[in-house]
Amino acid sequence: MEEMRIVFAGFGGQGLLFAGKVVAYAGLIDDHEVSWLPSYGPEMRGGTANCSVTLSDEPIGSPLISNPNVLIAMNNPSLIKFEGDVTPGGKIFIDTSLINRTPERDDCEVYALEATNMAEEEGLKGLANIVLVGKMLKETGFCTYETIEAAIRKTVPPRKAALIDKNLQALKLGMEN
Amino acid sequence: MAEKVLMKGNEAIAESAIRAGCRFFFGYPITPQTELAAYMAKRMPKEGGTYLQAESEVAAINMVYGASAAGARVMTSSSSPGVSLKSEGVSYIAGADLPCLIINIERGGPGLGSIQPSQSDYWQATRALGHGDFQMVVYAPSTVQEMSDLAYGAFDIADKYRTPVMILGDGMLGQMMEPVELPEPRTELPEKPWATTGHGNTREKNIANSLYLVAEELERTNFERFERYDEIKANEQMSEQVDCDDADIIIVAFGASSRIARSAVRAAREEGIKAGLFRPITLWPFPVDALKATVGKAKAYLSVEMNMGQMVDDVRLVVEGAAPVEFYGRTGGVIPTPAEVLDKIREINEGLGD
Repeated sequence: MEEMRIVFAGFGGQGLLFAGKVVAYAGLIDDHEVSWLPSYGPEMRGGTANCSVTLSDEPIGSPLISNPNVLIAMNNPSLIKFEGDVTPGGKIFIDTSLINRTPERDDCEVYALEATNMAEEEGLKGLANIVLVGKMLKETGFCTYETIEAAIRKTVPPRKAALIDKNLQALKLGMEN
Repeated sequence: MAEKVLMKGNEAIAESAIRAGCRFFFGYPITPQTELAAYMAKRMPKEGGTYLQAESEVAAINMVYGASAAGARVMTSSSSPGVSLKSEGVSYIAGADLPCLIINIERGGPGLGSIQPSQSDYWQATRALGHGDFQMVVYAPSTVQEMSDLAYGAFDIADKYRTPVMILGDGMLGQMMEPVELPEPRTELPEKPWATTGHGNTREKNIANSLYLVAEELERTNFERFERYDEIKANEQMSEQVDCDDADIIIVAFGASSRIARSAVRAAREEGIKAGLFRPITLWPFPVDALKATVGKAKAYLSVEMNMGQMVDDVRLVVEGAAPVEFYGRTGGVIPTPAEVLDKIREINEGLGD
């Protein structure tokens, strides 16, 4: 596979680290090299949160991604912060329920989705993160549906197993749009 | 083969330590090693072990001292400022020839510093974590798998040589998740006939102590200890080499910065620059023998570190002026990018001429 360097960015609480973990588990299931690195520190309290996920067939060098080829942005500050780092030809996914500016990059493919509103309308409040993972899966084809489903089953903690179906619904919602 | 799981570096160290037979953990909270202590708090009671959050780092390391004297596999973990607080106790443990595992998930310094990743405790770990004539084995893992493997093996090394062992990680390695295959739990642990376990007058008493009022006696213990250090230097050096065989420029880097260096070396090779990566896995003993074997072949060395230039001293001691030894680093919690390191490699390469 072509190396995937994905930055998930938004507010703390939007589930970006969780979404990154789902994608990382999918990479593990498909036997790729995988790294997942969160931002940590005071900026997480009510501020921005982000994580770097790399899937590769080669040993991964720096787990901190400075040139992502996929960006998933869930708020304005994140889009502003990371947009310029995306490699030409990269893919930018934005949640337009929360982002009111248009990416300035014209050498990237931009996928705009009202993920937060879509999730809420379907009774999937708080799962815009997984809607965007579904959309990203549709546009990149980085793994099969079976793999991502297995990854969600692995990532949702056992005490929250009741939420697996909602996550799968959110995933499909993203894949169908 | 065991199933691979995704784990943070901090968690992988904790789980592997438990599987190595560690049943006592004493610590005090600090970022960015928090997940390690939290994992221990959750898991230790289920294994019949003891997790104790002490009132301070000083208390925690002295609990380690006690548990080790009693023959237990024991560890503590902290991050840079907390490790400094433990330094007195580590010196006592070394003076009493007791084994234990100490984890330092480094953050930027000096002082309270930042909470972001750093490698600025290299000197402290390899030269003098505490007063007196002593050293300890220091491992520098660069992946979550290696954090697991080295934590598991560290207890054997500590027991074999009766010495404290440190794993020197950093906030990046502690916080990141990678797939890891965990080791099988230990069922048998080595005998410790020196342990102060109580014996009902069936043998000579054992004493754990670092106080010797007769100078010659203390000198003798130091001589004996340094004989063991010679054995460690002969047997325990570990390193990894990537593309060093035909390299003009050898990048020397450990831990997190070796990952960045690995990306930079790959990019340099794509440009036709003959770069290689030499990665010390033991920082003490420094992998002198393997690095020495490259001297005379490489035209230049570059030490890449997340500090102001500490390991570069050890590289220069090995290279002994046979080739220039340059340094590139970021500090304070700033992580260098592969592009910055590549720029430095290009600069050195241009300086080499024909």
